[in-house]
Amino acid sequence: MIKDENRTIAAISTAVSPSGIGIVRMSGNQSIEIADKVFKGKKSLHESKSHRIHYGHIYEENQMVDEVLVMLMKGPHSFTKEDTVEINCHGGVFIVKKVLDLLIKNGASPALPGEFTKRAFLNGRMDLSQAEAVSDLIYSQNDYALKNSVNQLKGKLKDTIQEIRNEIIYNTAFIETALDDPEHISMEGFSDKLNIEIKKWLKKLNNLIDSNENGKIISEGIKTVIVGKPNAGKSSLLNVLLGEERAIVTDIEGTTRDILEEHINLNGILLNIIDTAGIRDTDDKVEKIGVSKAASYVEEADLILYVIDASRALDENDETIMKMIDGKKCIFLLNKTDLDTVISKSDFASNLANSNLKENAVIEVSAINITGIDEVEETIKRMFYEGNISFNNEIFITNVRQKDALVHAKESILRVESSVENQMPEDLYTIDLLDAYEYLGEITGETIGEDLVNEIFQKFCMGK
Amino acid sequence: MKYSKNSVWENNDYYDVVVVGGGHAGCEAALATSRLGFSTILFTVSVDSIALMPCNPNIGGSSKGHLVREIDALGGEMGKVIDSSFIQSKMLNKSKGPAVHSLRAQADKARYSRNMRQVLEKQERLEIKQGEVAKILTEENKIVGVMTYSGAIFSCKAVILCTGTYLKARCIYGDVAQNIGPNGLQAANNLTDSLKELGITLYRFKTGTPARIDGSTVDFSKMEEQKGDEKIQPFSFTTNPADVQIDQVSCWLTYTNNETHSIIRENLDRSPLYSGMIEGTGPRYCPSIEDKVVKFADKERHQVFIEPEGLETNEMYIGGMSSSLPEDVQYRMYRTVPGLENVRITRNAYAIEYDCIDARQLKSTLEFKKINGLFSAGQFNGSSGYEEAAAQGLIAGINTARKLQEKEQISLDRSTSYIGVLIDDLVTKESHEPYRMMTSRAEYRLLLRQDNADQRLTKLGYEVGLIDEERLNKLTLKEKLIQEEINRLENTHIGNSQRVQELLIENKSTLLPSGASLADLIRRPELNYSILAEIDEERPIFPEDLADEVIEQVNISIKYEGYIKRQKKQVEQFKKLEDKKIPEDINYDEIESLRIEARQKLKTIRPSSIGQAGRISGVSPADISVLLVFLSGV
Repeated sequence: MIKDENRTIAAISTAVSPSGIGIVRMSGNQSIEIADKVFKGKKSLHESKSHRIHYGHIYEENQMVDEVLVMLMKGPHSFTKEDTVEINCHGGVFIVKKVLDLLIKNGASPALPGEFTKRAFLNGRMDLSQAEAVSDLIYSQNDYALKNSVNQLKGKLKDTIQEIRNEIIYNTAFIETALDDPEHISMEGFSDKLNIEIKKWLKKLNNLIDSNENGKIISEGIKTVIVGKPNAGKSSLLNVLLGEERAIVTDIEGTTRDILEEHINLNGILLNIIDTAGIRDTDDKVEKIGVSKAASYVEEADLILYVIDASRALDENDETIMKMIDGKKCIFLLNKTDLDTVISKSDFASNLANSNLKENAVIEVSAINITGIDEVEETIKRMFYEGNISFNNEIFITNVRQKDALVHAKESILRVESSVENQMPEDLYTIDLLDAYEYLGEITGETIGEDLVNEIFQKFCMGK
Repeated sequence: MKYSKNSVWENNDYYDVVVVGGGHAGCEAALATSRLGFSTILFTVSVDSIALMPCNPNIGGSSKGHLVREIDALGGEMGKVIDSSFIQSKMLNKSKGPAVHSLRAQADKARYSRNMRQVLEKQERLEIKQGEVAKILTEENKIVGVMTYSGAIFSCKAVILCTGTYLKARCIYGDVAQNIGPNGLQAANNLTDSLKELGITLYRFKTGTPARIDGSTVDFSKMEEQKGDEKIQPFSFTTNPADVQIDQVSCWLTYTNNETHSIIRENLDRSPLYSGMIEGTGPRYCPSIEDKVVKFADKERHQVFIEPEGLETNEMYIGGMSSSLPEDVQYRMYRTVPGLENVRITRNAYAIEYDCIDARQLKSTLEFKKINGLFSAGQFNGSSGYEEAAAQGLIAGINTARKLQEKEQISLDRSTSYIGVLIDDLVTKESHEPYRMMTSRAEYRLLLRQDNADQRLTKLGYEVGLIDEERLNKLTLKEKLIQEEINRLENTHIGNSQRVQELLIENKSTLLPSGASLADLIRRPELNYSILAEIDEERPIFPEDLADEVIEQVNISIKYEGYIKRQKKQVEQFKKLEDKKIPEDINYDEIESLRIEARQKLKTIRPSSIGQAGRISGVSPADISVLLVFLSGV
């Protein structure tokens, strides 16, 4: 779908900065109007001076969301040469996301990859010598977004979207075939059948939208992987961090064989934590799979939590793990300080002194007595704000776009529902059915192309 | 080439335009150029085959009916000729929304052909000539004339190719293959080489037709009668509805059965399609009966329509059972169908293969991008159907004339008409089968109704010069009346008086709690403009010849207002991209950052606008962004 060039676009323009401030940027002829719907300051932005910073609050209905500073730049004196509003939020990742969500709810569209820059270019901000660079940016960001939107979709959710799409195109094709060939195909009783389908679709879409709000359609947090030898206390530690008993915890070595993924919110920083099977040299086939999986998760991780049983001496398995995590951002957790320990913090740190891992923190903890956990949390936050581990901006934005597409798909299906209720003729349903189909395709990265015509010929027998 | 050197001679009569082919495309093309002031000669392999309908005996049908109305609204001929030669008429999809109402008429084939030929013969500046054009003559990629098979050279400024299915035509059934055109007519075997020499890329397509049978050997008592509409609507906006209320002839419905399907299955290996004898690509929308039986194996029966071919012949058409099975199988298969037990076949069913072009070599004006003054239309462009052909013929004719007038050529976009959708699809999308118009192809179909074709296109027809002032004035009046009446209904409020409530009860509508506008009531599915007559005291009286049309438009505009508004918004969106033109001389190789696949596609198709570029398969939205970035710097 080629998007309207005149729509007002919004996106988070910075990763969360060291101070915890995030900027949401909006550009387009409606930016001031949209911002005014959620911003309350001394004066409305409409009446405020351009190129000044305005203090105020963002509200959702009557609920205060965040205290903000808003930079107002009226076109053409802005980066994009359009009216631009930049909202500086204070409240951490979730608040920034919330503010973006609110702008979208009030009429802004999530920006496409490279779109601000593209607009800046199209509005004459840059000269032709920069066109190449702009093109590269569009392609690279687009590839990135596409890769994310498709790859990051969890299998089941992708299947659900695919399923709804297939059902939509089937029903649309049926209507179209009947219209093209009314003497062969009757539409009697079709509306009732479609109505049942509509209810099903709406239920599924609502579920998807809800789960998306919880950040689960794609992982948008810091990919955190817990590693360690068997029975080092990885699962117990995860449970402490989560505050619940989730992972299966036993005293038998090698219990956590599957990969578990959990989400933790540390004051607005989202961690996607993956607990892995204990790493050791083993002949057990199932366990081997777990170990190799762990290795691949480590490779993709933004942050490693390496759990070490401080009551036992290091061995060759620790060496294996050290090699595996070489060059990664890591926190070493010397666990089981409730027992007699054989590894001290200072010994361990000096052991690291000659390796690539020497910059990383070493913390003594006890999952049983719940000590040292605060320090772990503080360390993660500090690393994050100092920019040592980064929050993946592009994934985050992809997620916003996907939600936007889901909401639009749902609205389209609702319109079909009301067409059915109002006893409108069937040919009017397909306008909205196809819209829904197209929006869902944006999520799975598929365009509509000749889908409908192909479906008609494939599934239905035309006359003549 | 068969002629000897001394048989080549120069014809010194003067022609502006040569039209190659006298089918539905050729007729409209030749009429348009001659009516617009240019001397035109139309070549046909047989004068007797002008406006021939070699397949089904109908004009119109779903979405094709729209095309005919649009042809008429622009000043074409097809609608008028079918109005004078139909023997049954039906408005299809009447229970559906107004956008998909579609007129279909059974034609008296011979009369259709004769009437069209007469229009051509009476047309000033238009000459008909039997003969095969064998060579297109160019100088520096510009048309200068044509040469016929007999060696005659005709100089001209422009050529419109409308060769239909005749180019290297080959008819096949069973293991019998003959190098002949439709209906046993002579094929055109020489032009292909000349086209190849001009650098034109050709495809080979395939289509088929069912058998024709002797109606006197059919037992109609075993079939269901299919009658026409009681009140007939004409195709042409210029035809007086009173003149088309004729006595109609019926069609008949029967079905295939298990026995039919077994015979087909047992003989599949003898079908040229399955034996590999046919290499052309067949249309999916018009499958042969053997295709249907194979592909939809779970269907126990398929519908078969027995349709008359005309009033002065016993021949009938077997709709739904086209085939290329051997002759003996055809007899056995058709005779299993109830009512056809003793049927005599007058003409066998056959498949036909022919040369046509990859229409992406054309501009949306239907002129070849590479050859100045060469236009083409119809099945030659890879479409199928009489209506699709006529529509292209008309546009090719208009644009040929405009080229010679040195005026800007017209190009209808997808938001204006089915014709626009048809041509845009042909010149933009890759196709491996004959292209048929379908209502699902028109994304803005709520606005492209058969009932408003005049409001969409007649002004353009007038500007072009094919519509006279009287017709334009009538349209202007009609539009004014419609708008005034909609305004009145929106602004006329009625109270919930007893009379009003009684009328609502009578029509099973909910009662009014307070007042409402008349338009509000018309919006209710169970009510319409006519029902409200008795509570609408200030209703104006419309001129008799416009009343029905005005009322229909008022009803539709009010009832579907919400949907129409939304589609209009979509169209605005669409227009913005269509209006972003790409310069004709753009050098895609200079845009190095464009992905290679996109660059190649854009180089071959050379779209005229960003909108068209976006519809090319293999060109992504990111490619479009990059293209925009570069265009803004040009």
